[in-house]
Amino acid sequence: MLLWRGNIDMTSTTSAAKRIDDNNKNDRTNRAGIRGWLNPIIYGWERVSYWFQRLTGIFLLVYFIGHVYETSSLVSGPDAWAAMLELTQTIGGHLFLILVIGASTFHTINGIRLIFTQSGQGLGKPGRPDYPYDPTSVNNKQRSGLWIAFILAAVAMLYGANVLFSGE
Amino acid sequence: MKIFKKDKKRDIKNKEAIEISNTTDNTKSSVKLRVFRINAIQDPKDVHHFDEFQIPVKRWTTVLDALLDAKSYHDSSIAIRYSCRMASCGSCGMKINGIPRLACYTKISELATNTITCEPLPNFPYIRDLVTDFSQFINHHRSVMPYIQNKKADIPDVNELTEYEQTPEDLDKFLQFSYCIKCGLCYSACPTVATDLKFPGPQALSQAYRYFADSRDTDKSNRLKVIDTSHGISRCHFAGSCSNVCPKGVDPALGIQLLRSHLLGFSNSEKKIAKLQDRSSNPYTAEEGEGDTEKNENNDK
Amino acid sequence: MTSSNFKNNSNKRTRWFTNITLLRESQITKIHYITGISALFVVAIHILMRLIMPFNMSLEFENVILNYKNIFYALLLESILVLIAIHGFNGLRVILLEIRQTLIWERAVNILVIVAMIGIIAYGTRTIIIANGFSVG
Repeated sequence: MLLWRGNIDMTSTTSAAKRIDDNNKNDRTNRAGIRGWLNPIIYGWERVSYWFQRLTGIFLLVYFIGHVYETSSLVSGPDAWAAMLELTQTIGGHLFLILVIGASTFHTINGIRLIFTQSGQGLGKPGRPDYPYDPTSVNNKQRSGLWIAFILAAVAMLYGANVLFSGE
Repeated sequence: MKIFKKDKKRDIKNKEAIEISNTTDNTKSSVKLRVFRINAIQDPKDVHHFDEFQIPVKRWTTVLDALLDAKSYHDSSIAIRYSCRMASCGSCGMKINGIPRLACYTKISELATNTITCEPLPNFPYIRDLVTDFSQFINHHRSVMPYIQNKKADIPDVNELTEYEQTPEDLDKFLQFSYCIKCGLCYSACPTVATDLKFPGPQALSQAYRYFADSRDTDKSNRLKVIDTSHGISRCHFAGSCSNVCPKGVDPALGIQLLRSHLLGFSNSEKKIAKLQDRSSNPYTAEEGEGDTEKNENNDK
Repeated sequence: MTSSNFKNNSNKRTRWFTNITLLRESQITKIHYITGISALFVVAIHILMRLIMPFNMSLEFENVILNYKNIFYALLLESILVLIAIHGFNGLRVILLEIRQTLIWERAVNILVIVAMIGIIAYGTRTIIIANGFSVG
């Protein structure tokens, strides 16, 4: 483990890419690691968005794979389909579906917000920063997309719960 | 209107800080300072521990003051890196009560707590105590070519008195990002940097935008190519943490998103390249540098 | 260090790897955006189709098969399958690439993600084709 590279020759012809590769051979001392992805509270709403977008994305991918597998029972005839329905049309299954509805609504609305922000929309323009140095990009204009995503996800979950449980 | 809003916000912040400091001044005169200790150079397998010091504080005492107090009167072996004590050099970045901040720019009274915990910046390898290794960070900074490239103005060909014509509007496009002091706070707050060693980080990417937006620079395509890799700008997910911790208002997240909008073709990346002007034809400098003398005199005043 | 120096040296080290790179990351990002937005519309139609009749009835075997026998609906399902598979597995790829950065891991992730994409599309297409060919008595 090489920790101290204070004697780096700044004038050497070694490329920056090679130097980064050399650094990567170094171990991950003091890297925050996956725990560093979390920490959703102290860094503001955008970090909450990052965390939820990732979490709902993984959750929806798992659901998608499960859903494709679930519907494949169609090819085995009505009995296999009925058996699969028996497994999924339970209270637990409905609660899971309600979570899917919430996750997909949030992921969609927040995803649209992220497409806009990552395209430089709604972030303000660069200017001349002054004390107290509030960043222009972290503003309520683009944050409102996140709050709308949370509200619509809650509304969709309520509607989904109504449809799923009243349909029984 | 905007300026008025900003002034109001500043006044409120100042008022709050004074109120907090007044209350802390009356109720307590010392804080417990917890300092992260490790000696990774002598013993790479050294396990860290925290040393605690009781430090007397005034309402203007900064965390750096407290650390220097501990170093002077309690334990001279505490390793800290600092220089200017006025948030200009970017040396004293550390995690203070869980958030990356500059020690010289953080007043203890602002923290409104009796216990101050100082840890080295996350995502930087340890050297000793609060001092971390910045070589990875600096290498990422260099990888985005943080210098102006203009083929028309190769250094050997440039007339000594040649200058670029740049309007204040051109300057405003990148000036904010040039205020970066390379303190590493954004790098330590970024969730992608937490696991991705190859990701250049918010500092380097915002500097890539700083030079991309500079009207004196002509190497647009090469700049975009360097950051358009599997561990490049696409690994930023706009978590905004970098901008939230930046002590100089650089707003790296803004620079990164603006750069990405150019890369993805959502923004027009055609820019007006600054003209080179030969100052020998400038009426102010033509007559044996008389204009220069006048200017210098004005500056002195 | 000049930019050309940087380019030459980095290319030397990664030439064999960059040769097999099919898409630039910015192109992948655009595909991610396009598949995401497109999926929004097709999934919305898919869900609305479930709501035009009582929820429990919509799940009856005959009704589901009737849906699959409609060629437009079958194409809609196929497009959902392709769009979500690309969007979802690319999202997974991004997360996995950010976890580790060894060359073997990165290559393995890229290959596994493409295989998983093709696998799930093939498996779902099989269901759509077979269900489309069913005769409902």
